[in-house]
Amino acid sequence: MASVSAPASQRRPVTPSARPRARHRGWTPYLLLAPSVAFLAVFFIAPLVQGIELAFTSTSGQYGLATFHSMLNDPGFLSALTDTLIMLAIVLPVQLVLAMAMALLVSSRPKGSGFWLYVYMLPLGVSELTSGIVWYSVFTQQGWLNSILTSLGVIHAPVIWLSYSNSLLIIATIVVAEAWRSTSIIVIILVGGLDAIPREYLEAADVFYASPWRKFWHVTLPLLRPALRTALILRTVLAFEVFATVIALAGGSLSVLATKANNAYTQFQEPHLAAAYGVLIMALSVLATAIFLAGLPVREERLP
Amino acid sequence: MIALVVRVENQVNRRDVLRLGAAGTLLASAALASTAGLAACSTAGPGAGTPAGASGGGGGSGGGGSGGLVFLSDQLSQTTESQAMRVQVLSGFSGGSVDFISFADTTKFITQVVAQAKAGAAKVDVIGGLQGDFVSLQAQVPLRDMSDVIGQLADRNFPRAYLDLAKIDGAYRFVPWITATYLMAASKQALKYLPAGANVNALTYAQLLAWGQALKKATGRPLLGFPASPDGLIKRFIQGYLYPSFTGGLNTAFDSPAAVTAWQWFQQAWAVSNPQSPTYAFMQEPLQSGEVWVAWDHAVRLFDALKSAPGQFVAFPAPIGPKGRGYLPVLGGLAIPATSKDVTKATQLISYLTEPKTAATMLNAEAWFPPTGPGSLPPGLAPGISDEATAIQATVSSPATIPAQLPVGLGAQSAAYDKVFVDAFTAIAISNAPIPATLASQATTLQGILHAANAGCWKPDPLGSGVCKVG
Repeated sequence: MASVSAPASQRRPVTPSARPRARHRGWTPYLLLAPSVAFLAVFFIAPLVQGIELAFTSTSGQYGLATFHSMLNDPGFLSALTDTLIMLAIVLPVQLVLAMAMALLVSSRPKGSGFWLYVYMLPLGVSELTSGIVWYSVFTQQGWLNSILTSLGVIHAPVIWLSYSNSLLIIATIVVAEAWRSTSIIVIILVGGLDAIPREYLEAADVFYASPWRKFWHVTLPLLRPALRTALILRTVLAFEVFATVIALAGGSLSVLATKANNAYTQFQEPHLAAAYGVLIMALSVLATAIFLAGLPVREERLP
Repeated sequence: MIALVVRVENQVNRRDVLRLGAAGTLLASAALASTAGLAACSTAGPGAGTPAGASGGGGGSGGGGSGGLVFLSDQLSQTTESQAMRVQVLSGFSGGSVDFISFADTTKFITQVVAQAKAGAAKVDVIGGLQGDFVSLQAQVPLRDMSDVIGQLADRNFPRAYLDLAKIDGAYRFVPWITATYLMAASKQALKYLPAGANVNALTYAQLLAWGQALKKATGRPLLGFPASPDGLIKRFIQGYLYPSFTGGLNTAFDSPAAVTAWQWFQQAWAVSNPQSPTYAFMQEPLQSGEVWVAWDHAVRLFDALKSAPGQFVAFPAPIGPKGRGYLPVLGGLAIPATSKDVTKATQLISYLTEPKTAATMLNAEAWFPPTGPGSLPPGLAPGISDEATAIQATVSSPATIPAQLPVGLGAQSAAYDKVFVDAFTAIAISNAPIPATLASQATTLQGILHAANAGCWKPDPLGSGVCKVG
């Protein structure tokens, strides 16, 4: 759009008293932003730079890729990477479908929808480790699940759900625990997205006797794309960081990248190796974000 | 909050609100900065300064303090443990007040003692640590010769094995104080499946395996258990029990044929162990829940099961292998820095801490056992606890023992050293990797670590000069 500048005669005269005020207003937003910028700089940017520097420094203090070489040769690195990706590939669609169903339920405003939204949000108040311990008490051999299944006569002997010899079963228990704990984050984003869709679009679909499924597929879902994209990015990044649930449920049976980073730092006192794992997790998160941004483009004319 | 701001905007000039906000922000930032500065000052205090500062004795640099004894330790560092130490154990000392300061990190503990000794400003009167800590300390700063104190405490009946461990550089450098070791515990219902002729107090590794196999055959469940979670102590089983019992050594026999046999035994035992073992950190829990019937772990980590249900469980020594009964004596001691200014009071405290009555309190409150010989347990112990204490004494006094030491002289390489054994375990037991190839590859890593630390061999390997050679 071509901009036309107003003739000099029509411009508002700048009075001497207006000038200091304008200058003052110019500083105020920066001052207000200063604490959060300082917070980000001290607690995010500085550790990030420090972490990257650690990862690219060897234990002898030389810059290079030696630490990444150690990481690639670290026993269990490959299985940790594949287990992380398998967990992500299962947990993401499961949570998305669950969250969509819950969000649609809440947005249709049935009786007591506020109550259900509150119930969905409850796990958000539980820390990851607590959630892991709670689910461990469910899945352990003498735990709640086996007790219930035995009392119902479904099984006669306890099933060992957390056996090291069946890593897919352990991943399934981690997915259940994670779905319980963090689906509500996606629900919040999707409920916000659903509320932003104007009713007129759905009413227009009603006029044409569109079935509920067609309305969802052709109206709701496309208009929900921006919210979906945000939810997917957030959930993927958080899934790469999951470690307390894995430690509680899998112990030493299975590792993901985040548990490798944690163990390298706390158990084996190898900060350089831990930082290398951290940088890898960051790179994978950035890559996943780029894939979602490219794969789910949002066209402005389609925004609600 | 938002509603309030909107209302304020409507009533008051918007710029005034912004100005107020900016001023508030500046004040808050200034406050934050000064708090951070103060925090930085206060954290720098204990690290660089004195333990009196660390115990929060009123601040200030001169301090004068309360005139009490300063007791520094890297044991009993958990909040409940140090609280029990202050309230239940040290409160009974009649020789004055004692500031008990415990470090969760051994490296920091050693740095603190060394820094003070080198600065010639020792404010520590008594040091409480494990045997390996004293070996590291003695290598850096001299500890006082404690022969006279041990002579005064002859009635404590310290076993010869413990006194030998207390001898560093030709003199007693600490007085035995607390002890523990690793034990086996079993549910009494497992005893009927013991192999014919087997006695739990003289169990061999072959009999333990046969017992686990019999349990699985009879119940259909794998009922052996090892603490194999990342927080578990499986690495100590491998270092202090499996290797010495099968090979008679550790580093010098790391990938020897006898080590391959040891790992083969472990693979077979692992096959009849609860496959949930990689989630177990403390074996008392699966023993109590019935997931495991026979377990190996540190005495402290079996304590709750034996204490809460003494009629249900038995404690007994770890098994005997082809070379003998490898075991890790965990011995804690009390030492006095050579620069100490009040040896008399420090000796009084050591005497008090090794009294039978205090030892009984330590056992009941902290689950640490007294370093005494058979038949000299402190009075008034609950049945489960005395079972455990008896098993520890039986381990120490049995004839065919091969006492192993915790890694010595590795410094910053300690964690990397442990990682070799954890990685070997993960590869062989969890991932079913071939034993000889795994050991050969880990042996290279192990030798690199020993070279980096310039560490000589320690028991049960033959002691010699130079870097310990992996074999």
